[in-house]
Amino acid sequence: MYKTTAQHLSYNFKTLANSMAKATPARSGDYLAGVAASNNLERVAAQYVLADVPLKQFLNEALIPYETDEVTRLIIDEHDNTAFSAISHFTVGDFRDWLLSAEATTEKLSAIASGLTPEMVAAVSKIMRIQDLILVAKKCRVVTRFRNTIGLENRLSTRLQPNHPTDNAAGVAASILDGLLYGSGDAVIGINPASDNLEATARLLHLLNDVIERYKIPTQACILAHVTTTLKAIEQNVPVDLVFQSIAGTQKANESFGINLNILDEAHQAALGLKRGTVGNNCMYFETGQGSALSANAHHGLDQQTCEARAYAVARKFKPLLVNTVVGFIGPEYLYDGKQIIRAGLEDHFCGKLLGLPMGCDICYTNHAEADQDDMDMLLSSFAMAGGNFIMGIPGADDVMLNYQSTSFHDALYIRQVLGLRPAPEFEQWLIGHEIFNNHNQLKSITEIPALFKASLHAISGGQ
Amino acid sequence: MPDVKKPVIAFDPWHPLNQLTPARIGLGRAGMSLPTRANLDFQLAHALARDAVHIPLDFNNLKIKLDNLSYVSQFLQSQADNQSNYLQRPDLGRLLNEQSINVLKAIESLQADAVIVVADGLSSKAIANHAIPFLELLVPALKAVDYQLAPICLVKHGRVAIGDAIAEHYQAKLCITLIGERPGLSSPDSMGIYFTYQAKAQISTDADRNCISNIHVNGLSYEQALTKLLFLIKGAEQLKCTGVLLKDETSDKAIDQLDGKNFLLN
Repeated sequence: MYKTTAQHLSYNFKTLANSMAKATPARSGDYLAGVAASNNLERVAAQYVLADVPLKQFLNEALIPYETDEVTRLIIDEHDNTAFSAISHFTVGDFRDWLLSAEATTEKLSAIASGLTPEMVAAVSKIMRIQDLILVAKKCRVVTRFRNTIGLENRLSTRLQPNHPTDNAAGVAASILDGLLYGSGDAVIGINPASDNLEATARLLHLLNDVIERYKIPTQACILAHVTTTLKAIEQNVPVDLVFQSIAGTQKANESFGINLNILDEAHQAALGLKRGTVGNNCMYFETGQGSALSANAHHGLDQQTCEARAYAVARKFKPLLVNTVVGFIGPEYLYDGKQIIRAGLEDHFCGKLLGLPMGCDICYTNHAEADQDDMDMLLSSFAMAGGNFIMGIPGADDVMLNYQSTSFHDALYIRQVLGLRPAPEFEQWLIGHEIFNNHNQLKSITEIPALFKASLHAISGGQ
Repeated sequence: MPDVKKPVIAFDPWHPLNQLTPARIGLGRAGMSLPTRANLDFQLAHALARDAVHIPLDFNNLKIKLDNLSYVSQFLQSQADNQSNYLQRPDLGRLLNEQSINVLKAIESLQADAVIVVADGLSSKAIANHAIPFLELLVPALKAVDYQLAPICLVKHGRVAIGDAIAEHYQAKLCITLIGERPGLSSPDSMGIYFTYQAKAQISTDADRNCISNIHVNGLSYEQALTKLLFLIKGAEQLKCTGVLLKDETSDKAIDQLDGKNFLLN
């Protein structure tokens, strides 16, 4: 079935998984896994083959056996045939053409989301150019709510990420203040703790809770500890808004993270029970990234982008507030350079959005990747054009705890100006009310610390 | 002449808070963007971190310094034959190339208690700056407890696991690998130490190792790193293993454990 001839050479890709891997635009992780096309012609041949695969075939040919992988079981068992029926006669190529057409409206895309499997959207993304990925994703709208409303049209939110190498409370507070005064933090104020233990996590959860309550900030807090640590914090009545977890697209990769669907379900139910959201109850925050399955030697011969899309099936089950693809963190073994990172970020956003997820992107790179700030500017600009829900906000783009570079508070202000994107409406009102933003989506020029924070800062400057 | 005023950089009144964190806060802005100076400061830090990855380690210079200390050493190389290959193929960086295997085979006396491996890793600067001063503390400390040492193995394009095959070759109990860590903007020359008990090629995994990370001027000092390593060596001799079962229980005075007050709640 997966055969074609190109330039008098015949190709037989044998399986759907193999056809998808060979059709994937070049990236180092697939070479490392030994699943990539061996040359450009083979890649295009596989793309021709993939374009002719009926979408129905994805329901008949599991890429990882149903019996051995709970993510496959989740995908098959929860597939919505009624939603799928509208497009069930398409091939992958037809699907691309339809997605690009005016027929595929925001409403229709929402209506088919539950009928799509991760493999279908991964497959179609492999035969799309960057402009296709942007155009179609821009038509998708996924809105989520906890203490504010994220993902509305012409809005872009930011996760304020005030990490500190030793979780020092004063250091964390300094970065939080810097971020808030630059208009950052409506997606979440989220800290990666330097050490993943209950004591440190509880201390930071209290810190964020106290700040959010004291200043009545319409946002939510998260400490990005392991889900089991957060569960223990909930049991001890520590204030938990969002439950965080890194997830992947195969059961074995999730096991390497020390999780399974049952643990995630338990955590989701526990967080729902706290009823801490004021305008909605989306209370999960997931992070993903291409390469994580291979890195755990748990990719089952799949390409890394297909594994990534399968992680979105896991995310979808728990109605998250935020899903963040941490695209360039993993290093050049998986995404070699700016070109590969940019495409991967836009693929992930496209696939997640088609599946109905509130996608954000940690637009980032490490210093051993062939990437720099210019590459990040390209991805940031394209990601915002594609209607991404949120990005990171890190002081000066330099995460001093995790040792990588992401987007800064200034970067968010750049893209807000260029594309007229506003923060979440509740947060925007808070910024305007406290004289941080003016009514034109701009930072106010200030010579003094805003009244809201003056008393706190007076106390420390007086004490020094 | 047109009336264009010199641009005004908006200064952040909370700028003095930057004493509380190494994070780049209170940078100010030109319009909404990063002012020229802050932008160039970032580019400088990135250039240093990039160069740390891409400037090759001067192995000959390293060997001369070891010779001057009368420490016996030898060159080895992984199967990654260039830097680009090294970055994209971690599997090749874990394997010795044929020439290196032959170098080891040619050595007559093969038994040692401990093997010290020095690999360039992801930061040549880390090794160039920190390997020699650390070895000047480590080698005498190991000799003081009567460990028989193999020649110090200087490995080009090596990943952590490349020490396993070397240790196995010498039938060594202890494999101590010094390696350049993934460089950050604020720590481009950070050295790490990985310690594996009875390392075996293709068998030992990361779960079987202990790691001492962040050895650089603003991180762990050589003395602190040595204290930790000697503690782990002693523990490994008792437990007959390294890895998740062996915990580092030395106190971390180097790292600021003070819980600074959250001034936002004043």
